[in-house]
Amino acid sequence: MGQIVSSFTGIFSKLWGIDREIRILILGLDGAGKTTILYRLQMGEVVKTKPTIGFNVETLKYKNLTLNIWDLGGQTSIRPYWRCYYANTAAVIFVVDSTDKDRIETAAKELHLMLREEELLDSALLVFANKQDQPGAMTAAEVSQALSLTDLKDRSWSIVASSAIKGEGLSEGLDWLMDVIKEEQL
Amino acid sequence: MSTHSYKKHDDAEGGAPDKMTVFQDCLLGFNALPVSAKKCRGLLAKLLRLLYSGETFPASEATTLFFSISKLFQHKDSSLRQLVYLAIKELSLISDDVLMVTSSIMKDVQSNELVVKPNAIRTLARVLDGSTVNAAERLMKNAVVDKNPIVASAALLSSYHLLPVARDVVKRWTNETQEAVTAQKLLPSDQFALHEYYGSSNLPSATYSYQYHALGLLYLLRNHDRMSLMKMIQQLSGNNSPLKSPMAIVQLIRFVAKIAVEDPSATQALFPLLAAYLRHKSDMVELEAAKAIVALNVTPEQFLQAINTLQVLLSAPRTVTRFAAVRVLNRISMKNPEKIVVCNAELEGLVNDPNRSISTYAITTLLKTGSSDNVDRLIKTIAKFMGDISDEFKIVVVDSIRTLALKFPEKHGAMLRFLNELLRDDGGFAFKNSIVEALFDMIRFVPASRDGALEHLCEFIEDCEFTELSVRILHLLGEEGPKTNSPTLYIRHIYNRVVLENSIIRSSAVIALSKFALLGDAAIKKNIQILLTRCLNDVDDEVRDRAAWSLKLIASDLPEAQSFVSPLNYSLPVLEQQLALYVAGDKATFATPFDIHAIPVMSEAELNAIEFREKTDAEPVTEKVEEQSDLLKTSLLQQKYSQELSEIPEIAAYGSLLHSSKVVALTEKETEFVVTTVKHVFANHLLLQYDVENTLTDIELHDVTVIAQPDSDAYAEEFSMPIDVLRAESKGTIYVSYTRPTEVGTDLLAAFGNTLSFITKEVDPDTQAADPEDDGFQDEYQIEDLEVGPGDFIVPAYMANFTSIMDALPHQQSAVFNLGDGASALLDTVAKLVTSLSMLPLENSEVVDGNSHVLKLFGKTIWGGKVGVSIRLAHNAAKGTLAKVEVRAEEENVAEMVVEGIN
Ligand SMILES: Nc1nc2c(ncn2[C@@H]2O[C@H](COP(=O)(O)OP(=O)(O)OP(=O)(O)O)[C@@H](O)[C@H]2O)c(=O)[nH]1
Ligand SMILES: [Mg+2]
Repeated sequence: MGQIVSSFTGIFSKLWGIDREIRILILGLDGAGKTTILYRLQMGEVVKTKPTIGFNVETLKYKNLTLNIWDLGGQTSIRPYWRCYYANTAAVIFVVDSTDKDRIETAAKELHLMLREEELLDSALLVFANKQDQPGAMTAAEVSQALSLTDLKDRSWSIVASSAIKGEGLSEGLDWLMDVIKEEQL
Repeated sequence: MSTHSYKKHDDAEGGAPDKMTVFQDCLLGFNALPVSAKKCRGLLAKLLRLLYSGETFPASEATTLFFSISKLFQHKDSSLRQLVYLAIKELSLISDDVLMVTSSIMKDVQSNELVVKPNAIRTLARVLDGSTVNAAERLMKNAVVDKNPIVASAALLSSYHLLPVARDVVKRWTNETQEAVTAQKLLPSDQFALHEYYGSSNLPSATYSYQYHALGLLYLLRNHDRMSLMKMIQQLSGNNSPLKSPMAIVQLIRFVAKIAVEDPSATQALFPLLAAYLRHKSDMVELEAAKAIVALNVTPEQFLQAINTLQVLLSAPRTVTRFAAVRVLNRISMKNPEKIVVCNAELEGLVNDPNRSISTYAITTLLKTGSSDNVDRLIKTIAKFMGDISDEFKIVVVDSIRTLALKFPEKHGAMLRFLNELLRDDGGFAFKNSIVEALFDMIRFVPASRDGALEHLCEFIEDCEFTELSVRILHLLGEEGPKTNSPTLYIRHIYNRVVLENSIIRSSAVIALSKFALLGDAAIKKNIQILLTRCLNDVDDEVRDRAAWSLKLIASDLPEAQSFVSPLNYSLPVLEQQLALYVAGDKATFATPFDIHAIPVMSEAELNAIEFREKTDAEPVTEKVEEQSDLLKTSLLQQKYSQELSEIPEIAAYGSLLHSSKVVALTEKETEFVVTTVKHVFANHLLLQYDVENTLTDIELHDVTVIAQPDSDAYAEEFSMPIDVLRAESKGTIYVSYTRPTEVGTDLLAAFGNTLSFITKEVDPDTQAADPEDDGFQDEYQIEDLEVGPGDFIVPAYMANFTSIMDALPHQQSAVFNLGDGASALLDTVAKLVTSLSMLPLENSEVVDGNSHVLKLFGKTIWGGKVGVSIRLAHNAAKGTLAKVEVRAEEENVAEMVVEGIN
């Protein structure tokens, strides 16, 4: 019985293309909140994080889709290794610490450097202007400006103001991303 | 297995799968989406097989592989994860980028997935480096104290690997490690977690091996702190010891033993600790304790306790235990056979042990322990089973018999009989050769056995299938036969060979025969000439040549003919050294031919002394370096001194160097100025050579000299050669010379009070030199006194028959001394006497057996006369060590001097 049901859903999901895992990278400078976001999405709670030496990878279901999310460390020593994980990436979530005005330029540089990579030409881009709960945080518009997002051509992108701690903006951003992916890639 | 039935595996031919194929397959497989756990496990297994068989990849390929493997972390399958860890551990050796998996591994370490957790920990240790290790501190601490012993072991072992990377960080979990040593952890009952470790349904509930791992780590962490090490040992030993793992206890015993070896004064305090382990439920522990004790300088009673344990272990059911026990006993038997005679009954029981290695050890040990009382019985026992054992094994026995024969010359009858029986048995060359060697040694070192042994050899060559042995025996007959009372007997035997044997043997027989002609007996000479003349018709030219040459020599009556019979024994090491020097010289050296007369010639007695030493000297039982009076080394050293000194004109004028003492330390090794000295004796002079080392880094010494004040007027200072400048951290030599009494006698004995005198100047750290303007400042440094004793005028020499030689020496002196309270064992007293008198212990008398002992020493004075010393030592607790000394010497006053010197 179970057999039949599962093979039935198998066919069904094939039709809808949802048995494919969708590979997503979370990138951004160190301390931006990448790991916090990943586990907030996966477990629905705020975990205590340490700077990521390497990466975290988790699989989670989001609205009938299976997401395979890679959260890579943002420290300078680890950034050169990002490119080893670019292949087959459906989307990049770029997280920015909106309170860190000093390094927003660095973030912009890293972002554009990354988007130039051949392997990421077809990936969608979602930017989280994170830590909105903090006073003095740049708004999404300010971040967008600082990152020169409007310069991006031939790419679906969006920027969403978020707070990983409060859980705000995350599903909004992810919903947008799912729509884009379904539309463009499945 | 026949080659036809061999079933070929698909990759068996090349041994391992093709490297490039594996590499490509791996990249494809690991990067594929979705990840197939099963397929990737297979690929990883192939990759591991390559790596384990020693295959390696260039760094760039290894890195590519590594990144693709890291992607497998997205799959949660734990069997896949295990292989991923194994692969990363291997690749971590080649690729520098492995830190990229740090976070992922740390996550597994924190998880409760028992299958991967230990693997994760072990891999973590490989990927951490100085910059990331701090992040893992908490994790490692937790893992070390984890209640699962497998996790704890993994963490402890990983800590070893981390030590070289980050010692300070690992130190931070010293407390946790300490906790692990004493903890009592049970294996989880979860079968799944266990099966990879044991694969059996009959599982132990605990192994405690983490205690062993923790103890080892703790030791490394505390190694440099003796106090805390002692505290740890105290805490872990004794009745309430938390240690359950026999391996941990064995390790603990080793630590204790190491401390005792490094600091002998601690031995007595540590002994009870070791002794407590002589009775333990694990034989491994008992064995280790016994092994540790016998290597230490303990009292005879304490030693015996250890021996008793070994004795019991000899009957243990486990083969490996018996083997280990008999092996330890065998080691002891090399040096102190008397200490293990209590085990003889058990050892005899092991002679027929089904394990060949055990029985070999048992027999050789028994032979070493043989005392003059039981040698006969022992030999009978051995004779019984000689037939059942292989040649190889027989050789071991024969070698032991040979040593025994040298040790107990009075037992030569039984030994000869035994060897003769063996000689008649069937056997290969190596075996027969060992018997012949044994007989040769007996002839040389046990004069009383000569005639009997020669006779056996004569019989042997009657029917000997080995040409080489016949030749050697014939040579020996030629050497020894003429010295016997019935040379004609040997002539007959030898001539028989000329008639019956092959040409090689015939030609050696010819030479052997010719030696009898030089005896000085006209009748024999005539007969030999007749026999040799017959040989001139031999079919073989070598035989004819030798016969013709010999006849000529015999007829010539040249004095050189005599040296053909007894050739000179040059000291070969000195000859070699001198030849090497000569050859290394430039062209000019070759203008003068090499001077063979400069090479010391050894008398037969001296040569025998050296070889006797070599043959009876056994390897030391303990690892510590023992000061062995090695005659050979001494003569080489003497040669070196004599060379160095002759380059100083003042000293060259003293004539030849008669005797140089051993190096005597006049300071501790760790002082600012380390001074040692060597006493050189010349015909009319005593030269003291002081070697001074300045260990300071910031002071240099000027005008360094030793003020040496003799306590006797018989010595008068002639000159002193100071060191002008002794720079920081350098060495120099001072010579102080005295005229000495030329007459033999107690006048020669003296003590010199020594003071080092010098001017100190500070060294400028920039220029590395002292300021020339600095006048420095005069200082003195007290160093120890130096005794000149009888030993400075005696060289060790060998004599085969001590008692009869002693009786023949004309001058005699005896005395009884109390050598003090004898806190030091008799063995030490004996060792001290041997060194201080510079004589050769004979008849194995340096081996002390029990509370009384007779030490027999022999030597020659620098004036050439023989001197023998017999010292009867008795030790008892009330009176201390009593020594009854009897000295006999060829020259007058020597005996008095030696007696006075011993006092
Ligand atoms: N106030 C506030 N703090 C946040 C928010 N998101 C993350 N943080 C905090 O920022 C710090 C860094 O967060 P992480 O998630 O570890 O940062 P990361 O981007 O993963 O950093 P790396 O792993 O070093 O690249 C943590 O102390 C988080 O609690 C947020 O939305 N608001
Ligand atoms: Mg992170």
